Amino acid sequence: MSKKKGLSVGKQADRIDQGLAAPSVSQGGDKAGRDGLRRVVITGAGTINALGHDVASTLEAFREGRCGITQLDFRDVERLSIQIGGQIHNWTPETYFNRQQILLYDKFTQFTLLAAKQAVAQAGLNFEGALGLRSGVILGTAGGGLNTWDENYRAVYEEGKNRVHPFVVPKLMNNAAASHVSMEFGLRGPAFTVATACASSNHAMGLAFQMVRSGAADVMLSGGSEAMLCFGGVKAWEGLRVMSKDACRPFSANRNGMVQGEGAGVFVFEEYSRAKARGADILAEVVGFAMSSDAQDIVMPSAQGAERAITGAMTDGGLNRDQIGYINAHGTGTAANDKTECAAVAHAFGHHADKLMMSSTKSMHGHLIGGTGAVELLACIMALRDGVIAPTIGYQEADPECALDVVPNEAREVEVEAVLSNAFAFGGLNAVIALRRV
Amino acid sequence: MTEDIKTRIRAIIAEQAMLDPEQVTDDATPEDLGIDSLGLVESIFAIEEEFDITIPFNANEPEKSDFDITNMGTIIAAVERLVAEKDG
Repeated sequence: MSKKKGLSVGKQADRIDQGLAAPSVSQGGDKAGRDGLRRVVITGAGTINALGHDVASTLEAFREGRCGITQLDFRDVERLSIQIGGQIHNWTPETYFNRQQILLYDKFTQFTLLAAKQAVAQAGLNFEGALGLRSGVILGTAGGGLNTWDENYRAVYEEGKNRVHPFVVPKLMNNAAASHVSMEFGLRGPAFTVATACASSNHAMGLAFQMVRSGAADVMLSGGSEAMLCFGGVKAWEGLRVMSKDACRPFSANRNGMVQGEGAGVFVFEEYSRAKARGADILAEVVGFAMSSDAQDIVMPSAQGAERAITGAMTDGGLNRDQIGYINAHGTGTAANDKTECAAVAHAFGHHADKLMMSSTKSMHGHLIGGTGAVELLACIMALRDGVIAPTIGYQEADPECALDVVPNEAREVEVEAVLSNAFAFGGLNAVIALRRV
Repeated sequence: MTEDIKTRIRAIIAEQAMLDPEQVTDDATPEDLGIDSLGLVESIFAIEEEFDITIPFNANEPEKSDFDITNMGTIIAAVERLVAEKDG
């Protein structure tokens, strides 16, 4: 595929030392992946979500099958018909940010920066100098600074104020988090934000993977964030009448809708030979990514569209169906998504569908919308690295239309070689990522 | 009053289904009228706005809702009850 196969590692290093962000393709030393493409590994992870303020506490909750969905707590919540969500409690931004930063960072940016700092600390990377030129950030979000919109609309419409804070625009813009991550670490390569509703994070991570694999960058921070749990954010979702008032029960016959969550997940995607040479702890390898569009309906999902993304990710990663041991489902807990997703998986995997495990961790952390794929990638890493499969909690009744092993209610210890993470967005936009154990 | 409610609901459904109000008969199901799940959610919103009522309806389990959407007759009866409760 690549036409730069002759470029030696030595020459590449020289060019970077000169400050030239030249495309690099490492072929010497460690063997490259299929078709001469570079291999991409995850060397750092960070998160904050309803289950915990870091990766360790989140994985512990996954293992315990703990539910992070609680009574919502924010201004005007009593005017909502939906009262539950995967809300982050005890969030004290002043612990992490100074006064000026808090004025400039919407909650979705705050969550992102916290997760990014954890990920970079784990990776042990310093982006000063040449590496910063070869590194970037791609993040997903659907609502961006929705709390900032909400607060300021309230001020001008409800309270009749005629003045808003000067930072409203830089605070609410969807790329604010990506820009602040870029500034925080000095990532001077590709940096942007992807908005594809519930698939935003998967699209973002897929693009980041492709950039490292192709040689457009050596290190990419990627993932996503959402902070939609405010009056306007939940009120908008109420309108669709797809929200549950009591619990998120994916794949259970008595499921009655989705439950929103909030938070962020950020990962360090790094070129494999580089990570290995510096002795980094490799969490997992990203091997495949595919996206597809249903081109059909703005809200109703299509099994064919989902299946094309699933099979596409396996093909892209050079994986056979029987190598996939676990799928982190989109599993929203709506009637439509869960049966459509199960049909897509059953068709894509044939007989192997009865052998693989598929769970939805949204039952624990809620649906983080644009940030959901990022937090859910943690369950994929846990499956590969620790051999622990996160459960689908709240599962009560078998549904013949969801007749797969959904790992009901209790985590399971099983070694798996390769996994998929599904995300299927409103608008019919699908994005599936394939990871493999290293 | 009852006739009025019926007429107003039929007008709302007819607009959603792009039919004449006369075609919206009591025994017609939403499906008969070509109203899909999103169209139904839209119709329910329009009825709520028209009568200033709150209709308990979850698209994930329409059969379990207190709001019976079997056909136009049941929908009209349910709205009449909600309007009466509001006025009562």
